[in-house]
Amino acid sequence: MKIFLGYASGVGKTYRMLDEAHRRKERGEDVIVAACQPGAQAEIRTLLDKLEVIPTLRTSLGEGLHMDAIIRRKPAVCVIDPLAHKNPAGFPNAHRWQDVEKLLDQGVSVLTAVNLLHIEELRDRVEAITGKHTNETVPREFLVHADEFVIVDVPTDLALERLGENGGSPGISSDRERKLSELREMALVLAAEVAESQLEHYLVAHGIAQTWGVHERILVCLTPRSNGEAMIASGARNKQRFHGELHVVYVRQPRLSHADRERIQWFLSQAEEAGAEVHTLEGDDPVAVILEYARQKRITQIFVGHSKRGDWLSRLWPGPLGRLLREAEHMDVRIFPH
Amino acid sequence: MPSPANESKRGKLRIYLGYAAGVGKTFQMLRDAHDAVRAGVDLVVGYFETHKRQDTLALAEGLEVIPRRPIVHRDRTFAEMDTDAILRRKPQLCLVDEFAHTNVPGTERAKRWEDVLVALDAGISVWTTLNVQHIESLNDTVFEVTGIRVRETVPDWVIKQATEIQLVDVTPEALLNRLRRGAVYTGDMALKAVESFFREANLRALRELAMRQTALEVQVRQQEYDLATASAVPSVATDSNLAQAPSTARENILLLVTPDPVTAMLIRRVRRVADYLHANCLALYVHREDHFGEVPFEEREAVEKHLNFARNLGIETRIVQGQNVAKTVADFARRNQATQIFLARPLLRTRSSLFRGNLVRDIIRLAPDLQITVVTTRETET
Repeated sequence: MKIFLGYASGVGKTYRMLDEAHRRKERGEDVIVAACQPGAQAEIRTLLDKLEVIPTLRTSLGEGLHMDAIIRRKPAVCVIDPLAHKNPAGFPNAHRWQDVEKLLDQGVSVLTAVNLLHIEELRDRVEAITGKHTNETVPREFLVHADEFVIVDVPTDLALERLGENGGSPGISSDRERKLSELREMALVLAAEVAESQLEHYLVAHGIAQTWGVHERILVCLTPRSNGEAMIASGARNKQRFHGELHVVYVRQPRLSHADRERIQWFLSQAEEAGAEVHTLEGDDPVAVILEYARQKRITQIFVGHSKRGDWLSRLWPGPLGRLLREAEHMDVRIFPH
Repeated sequence: MPSPANESKRGKLRIYLGYAAGVGKTFQMLRDAHDAVRAGVDLVVGYFETHKRQDTLALAEGLEVIPRRPIVHRDRTFAEMDTDAILRRKPQLCLVDEFAHTNVPGTERAKRWEDVLVALDAGISVWTTLNVQHIESLNDTVFEVTGIRVRETVPDWVIKQATEIQLVDVTPEALLNRLRRGAVYTGDMALKAVESFFREANLRALRELAMRQTALEVQVRQQEYDLATASAVPSVATDSNLAQAPSTARENILLLVTPDPVTAMLIRRVRRVADYLHANCLALYVHREDHFGEVPFEEREAVEKHLNFARNLGIETRIVQGQNVAKTVADFARRNQATQIFLARPLLRTRSSLFRGNLVRDIIRLAPDLQITVVTTRETET
């Protein structure tokens, strides 16, 4: 299965998909179209005319894939657009993506397209920007597990023009384009995350050890006397700006005062609220424990705090901090003031 | 750089960004060109590279092409873009393939991106193509990922000039198929390519990098729009209020330049971080000698190289005098309201670095009130 992802209508998903279908047909693959929204574009209609189409089944309630006809025909490749479609009552599956899974099980390859708006996990965020509601969704996991996926990207003014609206001059030139641009960013980040999951699967499958990351992963190390609030807030901001991950850990220390224990609890709850992956770690050697965690999670930045006691650092150098700096390979270490 | 007065007359730059040769950047650019011509845009092709790809060649048909200019270098003739001819022709829009290309010696400007800037200044809009690994500030990341040190790079301040950046994506599977079919390179070159830069893991990582970079470029341009309109659309798409609140206060990053070669990596890293955080940054060099001119020649040369490099990445630079380097850095940071200091662990164990002692430690000690980031020594070539 190959999925074409776009951030809005008008970015050219359908064209890209049909163009590929057509080229595959020219290379001798048995390609059919099982669902397509032809729209107004002449280029798309021209491509569609060159391909075999199995029309959808229409009932008084709506339409759905003609599954029996497709399975009888058993093509090598089947074009299905859009992926996010709710079948009306009377069809065996509620969602079109379930139909797609069935076709894949039957050995039919599928080319399909989906709009960001329809990704289940992003629906609320997209809705908050566009004000448009949809109940036709596809789970994000569906993208991750696709054999291949492509993002179809285009500047926002071109997307508007293809929808027959005025795109204005190049660059963002209206609030409407500003909103579209936010969707575009979201789609690119989603694509990067999917690409990363697929990269990891690839590396694991081929036994390649990997230590680098093009993706920022931040690890905040809490101690009761550090400025935990500031570190977590900065971590959360960095996570958002870098489109990265935030981890927050506390290495359990024996014999903490009641007040210190309460502070740690408070920090950890703040970290949860900030959407971090939170862990309490155990071990006699805190630096080793932190570095072990960091290597495992492929952390790129470690945040640590100066202790409240002013003399801590000078007394202990090259103590914990010095050691952390020396041993933290492939990671930046950021030291926070108290 | 243009002054605001002639901003409107300046041409606009669009970059088609890809993650490798063969992803279809030129193809996409030429397709869009036909749409533009149909819409009445006066467009010429200033330079394009077909790599003998038939479908790309076919797409160029019907477009006006400015003939290349022959340049003789060491008894061989090279065909470079004829920038003067483009300026004389003065179209609305000019297509220029391979933004990162280095011109052959004997050409007026060393880099193709410099030719593009000339065209933009003359009021000609330009569409160009670029692979993500040619962006200067990504050089270390690309090296870590691929093990290949890319030599032809485009400075970040040049890429910032682009009004639009468009990602051209294709799956690594499809790209590798194209390679094997000989549709990207021919013969031995194709085989070599699959074994080096085009290893599948490399391609997958570069692709993710291109996606993240495009997302960043899109984000930066939103921010610019918000600043220009000052009607900041509330960003409802973020997942945490915590992350939102302090974003109004701009971060100021101070980075410390030393003669150590690790400084180049520090500068690139700060550029990346500053781009993501929308932070200001400043590079500082502190010398103990009374005058910069008295700094030993080799050291001065290395520092000047680093300061130039920082400026090339759009980072301001300062040179100050101070007997105690750590203290001077800390004082300078406070005076200039730096919110973060970025340092690198020294790579060289030279006499002078030993003499400097543990600068990182001293700065951390002297500035417990500041955020200090010690950047990891990402692998550097030896």
